[in-house]
Amino acid sequence: MSREAVLVNSEWVEEHLSDPNVVLVEVDEDTSAYEKGHIRGAIRLDWKNDLQDPVRRDFVNKEQFEQLLSSRGVGNDNTVVLYGGNNNWFAAYAYWYFKLYGHADAKLLDGGRKKWELDSRELTSEQPNRETTSYRANGPDLAIRAFRDEVVEAIGSLNLVDVRSPDEYAGRLLAPAHLPQESAQRGGHIPTASNIPWSKAANDDGTFRSDEELTKLYSGAGVDFDTDTIAYCRIGERSAHTWFVLHELLDQPNVKNYDGSWTEYGSLVGVPIAVGDDPGQA
Amino acid sequence: MCGAKVGGLSLEGVDVDNQSVIQGVVITADEQPVSGAYVRLLDRTGEFTAEVPTSATGHFRFFAAPGAWTLRTLAPKVDPVDRAVEASRGSVAEVLITI
Repeated sequence: MSREAVLVNSEWVEEHLSDPNVVLVEVDEDTSAYEKGHIRGAIRLDWKNDLQDPVRRDFVNKEQFEQLLSSRGVGNDNTVVLYGGNNNWFAAYAYWYFKLYGHADAKLLDGGRKKWELDSRELTSEQPNRETTSYRANGPDLAIRAFRDEVVEAIGSLNLVDVRSPDEYAGRLLAPAHLPQESAQRGGHIPTASNIPWSKAANDDGTFRSDEELTKLYSGAGVDFDTDTIAYCRIGERSAHTWFVLHELLDQPNVKNYDGSWTEYGSLVGVPIAVGDDPGQA
Repeated sequence: MCGAKVGGLSLEGVDVDNQSVIQGVVITADEQPVSGAYVRLLDRTGEFTAEVPTSATGHFRFFAAPGAWTLRTLAPKVDPVDRAVEASRGSVAEVLITI
């Protein structure tokens, strides 16, 4: 994948606002952000209500994903452009999710909602009206999704990349600091994981750094590009951002996102945990 | 709705005793609240820890850990503004940011 194939800028989006083949999709943590204003024509996906099973902790299945996209008017041939708040964390999560179910042409809006707002570009509260489709998904591509057992297996052998902030990695915080610090799980990180915060991959305005800067960032922090990589964070949204960087921008073949992330790992009985600023031993 | 003043953000429902809260309001030079600005919380090494957009009344809030932090505020058409703040458990650090 080249950067051009997976990333568009605000100018590109403005030029394609009336393109019927382009579907803009806003995905936010704060799901009310869309109602306050969104890019003209954008539909909303709710990362929790739309993309998670309502009972079990898991994704919606293939049939539910097909129903969801069909009802929102997304076609298999559409170019899906995802954007959102939190520096595109949840948009990157949705991007990864679209790829999990085999959507061919998905892109991220570089800088997401923040860059769009900081540029004072137009937002509207008008609801788009898209005709329903008959969307067909592929079975989930588990080559890009990691589960807990393989994460435990990966300790000391694969690249484990903890993309949370240094204070969360060390165990001084249990959640990103815009959320209350209340949590059942233990603090710390998976032993041997490097701490490469997602934010190092982005500029202050939320746009991605250059490929050269990104390559230097990960290799400089100990990621061996000849070895498979698993990225994780707290619930898998920030690590989807890093998965996007490694797998889509830097073209690394074997990169998985562990969406169970720290809320699962930090609650497992009997697994090793490292605390403090050092990776720790296998 | 609260006005654009320090301490204007209600702490109802927040367990302040067990949190290290940093909150405040972003205003313009003529004291108008700035909604939709982005406030970034940076740790003692300058690394990003969290970010929130300001509310309709210009307010923001973080749940930090005790220690020294920096708030970096981004808003359209102005240069970023950095403010140092100290957080401690069981208290609320109130910050007024003028851009």
